[in-house]
Amino acid sequence: MKFICLRFLPPLLVALLFLLFWEGIVVVFEIKPFLLPSPVAVWEAVVEHWDRLLQAALRTGGAALVGFVLAGAVGVAMGSLLGLSRWLERGFYPPTLLLQMVPLIAIAPLFVIWFGFGARSTIAATVVVAIFPVIASTLGGIRATDPQLLELFRFHHASRLQTWWKLQLPSASPSIITGLRVAAGLSIIGAITAEFVSGYTGESAPLGSIIIASVQNFQTALMFAAVLISSLVGFLLFGMVNLLGWFILHHWYGEHS
Amino acid sequence: MNRRDAHSSSPTPALSFHSVQLTYPDGFVALNDVSFELDAGGFLALTGPSGCGKTSVLHMLAGLLQPTSGNVLVAGETPSRAKGVACCFQDPRLLPWRTVGANVALPLEIDGVSAPDRMHRAEEALARVGLEEVVDRLPHQLSGGMRMRVSIARALVVRPRVLLLDEPFGALDEVTREQLDDELLRLWEEDRMTVAIVTHSLREAVYLAQRVLVMAGSAGPLIADTPIEFGARTASTRTDHAFNDEVGRVQRLHRSAGTR
Repeated sequence: MKFICLRFLPPLLVALLFLLFWEGIVVVFEIKPFLLPSPVAVWEAVVEHWDRLLQAALRTGGAALVGFVLAGAVGVAMGSLLGLSRWLERGFYPPTLLLQMVPLIAIAPLFVIWFGFGARSTIAATVVVAIFPVIASTLGGIRATDPQLLELFRFHHASRLQTWWKLQLPSASPSIITGLRVAAGLSIIGAITAEFVSGYTGESAPLGSIIIASVQNFQTALMFAAVLISSLVGFLLFGMVNLLGWFILHHWYGEHS
Repeated sequence: MNRRDAHSSSPTPALSFHSVQLTYPDGFVALNDVSFELDAGGFLALTGPSGCGKTSVLHMLAGLLQPTSGNVLVAGETPSRAKGVACCFQDPRLLPWRTVGANVALPLEIDGVSAPDRMHRAEEALARVGLEEVVDRLPHQLSGGMRMRVSIARALVVRPRVLLLDEPFGALDEVTREQLDDELLRLWEEDRMTVAIVTHSLREAVYLAQRVLVMAGSAGPLIADTPIEFGARTASTRTDHAFNDEVGRVQRLHRSAGTR
């Protein structure tokens, strides 16, 4: 009980104070709702548009999840390949880094040309944004494998594939999981940003489209509601990755991690 | 039992070093013209001052290091091609995410032995070092001495004809170390595999081996290649006069190596 108080009471109190402060400012200074809606107005928007927001959240969350999984799988594979050969690393790491430097919003329209409007463009953009931290963390983790254990595998004439699967991948897994956590956060950002460009409007609108459309229509409360839901989707994805990470580390490293 | 009886007269020596030289890329000469042979079933200890290259000798026998010139053979083969060779390193080198059993089974797993077979053999090997009950534990749940025993079990699991040990008990406390020395002797007496051990402890070298090589590193070839002459090791051996005289003799050889 004492633990719960210490753990959950302070953030709840701070959140409550913040909402009160926000509500107070809006009321006292009579701020127009299209500039800054009060927390109550945002909540009313959530309730009013609940069905639409839930559909949008599923659509955006689904695209972000698919993009994240693809980025995770391809990222671990690429990071491993680059980790196995200095030659490949020298050749492929700079272009990969460049991919990370390209502003997503600048190339999102290109994905619309390639993949059309809708989920496929969103997924492509999400992969581009989320893949780099996975590649970098996999590569780093594989490079950091204990040289003495590598020597042990060399002594036993293990093949490259055996060394990768039985030694390098498990020993890189804490680093890979850190990369996946970052990628989870990025993939929801990537999905929403891509949807600014690639999303449908109307009934099947994803969160990104709702945000853009509500700003253009001065429905600021709806925009805040959509942002709130977006954050929750991101939080959920991040939580799932954390759980997966905890499970893998617990399984591979036992109690002490 | 007389330990010298086991000395078989096999035509090819189990281990053979012929005029081996090892020079590092920076020009440092780690080994200079080292030659020795060890018959199958022999127990050899390599010793010498720090930096004399004794660990390099072992790594060459394990096929992990190539000589700059000269010949190294294990059972008549190039070390990296020789079969039935096992190695214990300075530290246990266990995979922290694997259970004890899966760690011991690792060499068999790499060789493609089927899962039930290798678990069975891993349990057998663990039983030989008295650890059958910790098969499902993780390495971090064991003491340092137990981890080293697991490492020995992993070496035994391949049923080696040649066992190489690189200062295996150096990091352990004295009591544990002496226990493991006795266990190693027992395993050798049961299997009669060829054993080469690197140690900086002269007492350990004299206690374990039939033959001790004292190395001088870059200073030149071996300082001494001396047989250790006395009968079975018993509980009182470590305090015997004969044993301590033998240690003293090797100590003098060692000292002369250091002053060259």
